[in-house]
Amino acid sequence: MSEPFYNAAPNATRVAPPLPEPRQYPAQKPGNAYLFGTCVLDLFFPEAGLDAIRLLEREGIKVHFPQEQSCCGQPAYTSGYTDEAREVARAQLALFAEDWPLVVPSGSCAGMIRHHYAELFKDEPATLRQVQALAARTFELAEFLLHVCKVEFKDQGSQQKVALHTSCSARREMNTHLHGRALLAQLEKIERVEHDHESECCGFGGTFSVRMPDISGAMVADKTRALQESGAAEVVSADCGCLLNINGALEKQHAPLRGQHLASFLWKRTGGAR
Amino acid sequence: MNSQARIPAVELSSRDLKHNAHNALGDAQLRSNMRKAMDSLMAKRLAAMPDEYEREHLREMGNHVRARALSRLPELLERLEANLTRNGVKVHWAETVDEANAIVLQIAEAHRAKQVIKGKSMVSEEMEMNHFLEGHGIEALESDMGEYIIQLDHEKPTHIIMPAIHKNARQVAHLFHDTLGEPYTEDVDQLIQTGRRVLRQKFFEADIGVSGVNFAVAETGTLLLVENEGNGRMSTTVPPVHIAVTGIEKVVENLRDVVPLLSLLTRSALGQGITTYVNLISGPRQADELDGPQEVHLVLLDNGRSQAFADGELRQTLNCIRCGACMNHCPVYTRIGGQAYGTVYPGPIGKIISPHLMGLENTPDHPSASSLCGACGEVCPVKIPIPSLLRRLREENIKKPDAPNPVMRGQGSKYSPRERLLWKGWRLLNTSPWLYRTFGFFATRLRGLTPGSLGPWTQNHSAPKPAARSLHELAREHLEDK
Repeated sequence: MSEPFYNAAPNATRVAPPLPEPRQYPAQKPGNAYLFGTCVLDLFFPEAGLDAIRLLEREGIKVHFPQEQSCCGQPAYTSGYTDEAREVARAQLALFAEDWPLVVPSGSCAGMIRHHYAELFKDEPATLRQVQALAARTFELAEFLLHVCKVEFKDQGSQQKVALHTSCSARREMNTHLHGRALLAQLEKIERVEHDHESECCGFGGTFSVRMPDISGAMVADKTRALQESGAAEVVSADCGCLLNINGALEKQHAPLRGQHLASFLWKRTGGAR
Repeated sequence: MNSQARIPAVELSSRDLKHNAHNALGDAQLRSNMRKAMDSLMAKRLAAMPDEYEREHLREMGNHVRARALSRLPELLERLEANLTRNGVKVHWAETVDEANAIVLQIAEAHRAKQVIKGKSMVSEEMEMNHFLEGHGIEALESDMGEYIIQLDHEKPTHIIMPAIHKNARQVAHLFHDTLGEPYTEDVDQLIQTGRRVLRQKFFEADIGVSGVNFAVAETGTLLLVENEGNGRMSTTVPPVHIAVTGIEKVVENLRDVVPLLSLLTRSALGQGITTYVNLISGPRQADELDGPQEVHLVLLDNGRSQAFADGELRQTLNCIRCGACMNHCPVYTRIGGQAYGTVYPGPIGKIISPHLMGLENTPDHPSASSLCGACGEVCPVKIPIPSLLRRLREENIKKPDAPNPVMRGQGSKYSPRERLLWKGWRLLNTSPWLYRTFGFFATRLRGLTPGSLGPWTQNHSAPKPAARSLHELAREHLEDK
């Protein structure tokens, strides 16, 4: 809150301060970009990371993947282990030193860097400045493809129904649902189908899924049912935590449907070879 | 439905959230009632606030009004007391629920009261006032229809606005038939008429009316109370004595501040532009007035609120205007209902306020019972960052119980040396590139050895199998090829 308003005269509360401006994107496509792979993607969905690199390369961007990267720190941060989260976050900072965009193929991890790193380093002014600069050039993959690369996809697949699940912290912090929808809408033969309670959480929530397995299980049961009843042949998501949760539950239920990462889906649909 | 619903519900403990939730999740009737009700409330809110621009501006304004009021809370409370006193209202201060109950009892005894009729008040639930008064031979009857239903069934409210929202018409029909001896009917209008008939007589018999307060206006010494059933106006005007009970955070500076808050409250809660009744109570009956109580009292309760107030971040908890929108939009609350929390305030707001009222030692699992999906923070009319505050409470909850300068009662109720060690290991893994790479190598190469059972994870999922090679490896090869 702005300090002057906080101490304003009573009548000043008649007019609320203006709402924050929507994010401004660079007008020029950059020549270089970093990819932050994220820990879950690294071990469980590595192809999606590679597809993200390929999508960016096709846009003429040179992709850099610092090998020393690990995790954004989110699991510890959301569990309340703030010191541990801070040190893991600190280990990432030096790896992305050039003034290139940092592209993250996972909405919640992008949100962590963009919105929560500043909180972690609020008591370290020098690091805070570095973190704020990094946050300003951090983009979720779909957002980057849409608004920075301004991609124009040519659909090369056949008629198909697709459901899009957007991680909830990511949709609220990064608007990933809007970006994902806009990218899918570019694919001519894709019909995006809504599923029941689409905006509702899949029940992952990091350590929530193991701390509260009963509640989390009820949530993912509803989510997987909704996805299966949607009539979609494919489920796509831009968040690997959700995919781990949804796919693990579908497998346990012996259901044939599986979710895949948006990057992989887009790469395949637009004629990309592996 | 059958006689099952007649068995008085056992009071659920806030220390057993996980167990309570497990039972609630298995109650198909509860699940279906809650889902339908919450879907309808979400739709109503959206219909009442269709313009996103207007909605977001109003929320921003609501946030500022509340934050400004809290920034000068001590001063505003003093002004409130002075102006209420000038209006003839007696103001009482209570630090604990015991003190608040003692004040109410003292007033009741001074008037030799035998019967109390109550409008809806969550603070009186905090005090367990009904139970307390009954222990002193004073009958306390709820007059809000939902509260009345709950009281008949010896239950606790499941929602702060709609206490009986977890019940459907058939369950209420059985309840009225069994407890009031009414002919069985599932006709909602008839059921409401039954309740009204019983309650109407009680309004005239009652010696004292009790109510809550939505906003206490410091500048004018006015207590504002919204309601839809008219029972609030009856409770505060018909009996000769009116006792209002509220939390110290409910004060706002002036009547103009009420305008955006009221608009936010009724639309966020029920999708109503305005409630049927908006009561502005400015004192007892004057000499030239025909009705109203002869005495009006206000009990201002702290009960842990000062603890939240003392911390700049946690203070935002006190922004709350008790609309219940966070509950209506919460995927956890929708599934387990309100009673499983074992607290007076359930749902997202309950998870951030109850630890202050009851201590973290009595609400150890509440901060963790959230996926931090953010639905609550998105709809909160006064923009309380509920997910951030839940995270903060988790941080307080895992500190060493004897760590210096505690900001919360019951700090460290989830302190676990074993879990702390695990996170230290996690930190080591993720801050040492060599270790991380080695771990990745073995996790992928030995993926065939992934155990089939991984504790709570495999309760709902198959064991996750790492890919054959990590992105680190794939990216290195791919980028080297270039």
